[in-house]
Amino acid sequence: MDLLRFITAGSVDDGKSTLIGRLLYDSKNILIDQLEQLEKSTKNRADGEIDLALLTDGLRAEREQGITIDVAYRYFTTPKRKFIIADAPGHVQYTRNMITGASNANLIIILIDARLGVIEQTRRHSIIASLLKIPHVVVAINKMDLIGYSQDVYNNIVIDYAEVATSLGLKNITYIPISALNGDNIVDKSEQIDWYEGKPLLEFLEEVEINNDINLENPRFQVQFVIRPQTEDLHDYRGYAGKVISGIYKTGDKVTVLPAGIETSIAKLEVGGKEVKEVFAPQSVTIQLADDIDISRGDSIVRSTDIPQANNEVEVLMCWLDDKPLQPGNKYYLQHNSRLVRSVVRNIEYKLDVNTLQKEAVEGNVKLNEVVKATIKTASPLVFDSYQHISGTGSAILVDETSNSTVAAVLFAPAPKKE
Amino acid sequence: MSQYRLNYLEQLEAESIHIFREIAAQFERPALLFSGGKDSITMVHLAKKAFAPGKIPFPLVHIDTGHNFPEALEFRDWLANEVGATLIVRKVEDTIKQRNLTEPKGKFPSRNWLQTYTLLDTIEEFKFDCCIGGARRDEEKARAKERIFSVRDEFGQWNPKLQRPELWNIYNGRIHKGENVRVFPISNWTELDIWNYIRAEKIDLPSIYFAHEREVVVHEGQLVALSEYVKLDDTDTVIKKKVRYRTVGDMTCTAAVESNANTLDEVINEIISTKISERGETRIDDKVTEAAMEDRKKNGYF
Repeated sequence: MDLLRFITAGSVDDGKSTLIGRLLYDSKNILIDQLEQLEKSTKNRADGEIDLALLTDGLRAEREQGITIDVAYRYFTTPKRKFIIADAPGHVQYTRNMITGASNANLIIILIDARLGVIEQTRRHSIIASLLKIPHVVVAINKMDLIGYSQDVYNNIVIDYAEVATSLGLKNITYIPISALNGDNIVDKSEQIDWYEGKPLLEFLEEVEINNDINLENPRFQVQFVIRPQTEDLHDYRGYAGKVISGIYKTGDKVTVLPAGIETSIAKLEVGGKEVKEVFAPQSVTIQLADDIDISRGDSIVRSTDIPQANNEVEVLMCWLDDKPLQPGNKYYLQHNSRLVRSVVRNIEYKLDVNTLQKEAVEGNVKLNEVVKATIKTASPLVFDSYQHISGTGSAILVDETSNSTVAAVLFAPAPKKE
Repeated sequence: MSQYRLNYLEQLEAESIHIFREIAAQFERPALLFSGGKDSITMVHLAKKAFAPGKIPFPLVHIDTGHNFPEALEFRDWLANEVGATLIVRKVEDTIKQRNLTEPKGKFPSRNWLQTYTLLDTIEEFKFDCCIGGARRDEEKARAKERIFSVRDEFGQWNPKLQRPELWNIYNGRIHKGENVRVFPISNWTELDIWNYIRAEKIDLPSIYFAHEREVVVHEGQLVALSEYVKLDDTDTVIKKKVRYRTVGDMTCTAAVESNANTLDEVINEIISTKISERGETRIDDKVTEAAMEDRKKNGYF
């Protein structure tokens, strides 16, 4: 059994909460006491049906203050898979919510209201899915019951969306006609939609192949913590603890420590204290090297034949996440996994309209939810890849030095071609 | 390629170990809040793996309400010794005396709420900048919205509106003096994941997690163990039942479930077939108000 993380994009009006409620309810992941609470909250509804949307209802603070906390996580399991849903509400602080929820997702469900078809919001969801390179896209065409389960309407929406997908370079797209409210094509195949030959949503989520999405080609590893027991029997032990971000490492591999550029080889590999011959992404491991080298947190250990970029100037796409706008000239901490360096944002080239993908001139400061192309200069070199190539070494956050808030999501752009 | 795949438990383990190592690297004085329950026992196991062959680089801290199951306390002492960790125990009893607090009244006088005072005093005493907790997001809806790195102000308060965005696997633990961070390394585990992992890793548990005979009273459909802390009245009938615990908290606020499960396999089978959630079945204190957990978190609770 493996693990699928997905995000649902859409607002309450699209039936997102109902869809999540339906998935949890129909897959029998709702228990009696939770149901009782639900029924209590539904009491004043005239039709007496349980309102599944209430399953994803928020905190009292949210209801009282009319705010929505950006991401809630839901869990459910079927005999085939464990699922983690990042439930990101779609309204005001929209881009920030979705980027936060989507950053770890294997798959995105884009909800389209069958009565409305492809709208601006659909494009926005899709643009963010393409920026973050979410490997799988499910386009769930919802509220089919309200259009008489019409195949023609469905087909037209598919044609419209395919155009959007092509323009964005989105791959692995699956279309499913559903009614979250009535449970059509959620867990069981809908009898009303007999013309649809694909799988119902849950079956698709259970079976979609995700293991090939992990990069096992390019070994990348950053040191999180140096384990030095310094006891009598482990006097000389020095283990570099960290996560294999991508690729495979084997005992004996010739490796280079960056940014220092020192070559050595892997003497020993451990997982959870047990020695192993090879390790792979996304394992948390401990590496021992053949030579005694001065290595600390944030340093990279890579295969000597496959070296990433190292530079103290990097071109990025950046989404601003903070209410306080970017202050030009201010220093920010850039946190690149376990490497923390001071940085400054330079040359803001353009702003990306997340509804149209148009490049626009930036007037004034970069504000909340804006996506910009910029250059970041760092106090010491970063060892990185483009986000396109390896998302784990191609992403970082900016942290405000004075408030300590996380203020930006940073995606490293491919290196400019040398002339 | 199948040899390079992790199953879901291995993926969860890898994520939790990653979080433990971030804690050790980012904070000067972290501490693991240890309750004696299965979740904190699982955390100790994960921490041991994260830093092997070295020792766990932070102490285990137990906020002792004085209403604990003796089996859980015995196990706590054994485990700390077994993994070679420092154990710090601070008692709610002492806080009540020092601060002249009012003891809770009622039939099941829960000191759960008062733990917050002892916890904040302990944080102050040892200058902890990070407290590692065993909360899971599947437990309750306030927790479903909390970050893995959850920043608390100098009063220990959680502000759901001011959470930091948490992207990819990058955790921002920077804080101002006086603030501290609660970190939840098993956020993404469910109750069943924990049990399956305990079985897969052969992790030892206190005996009360398995079926045993116990004197209990029935209170609003829940079975509450007889102890010196529970105040019986005329309406109560003490009965003997074969029970086990699904969670281990205080004797006054944790209910038992009827069970014949003597092994992990049997416990897991019972949990799979149960129709009631973990907190709903076993926590007496969560029933007070619908937003009970949200309120406690805002006031500095775990």
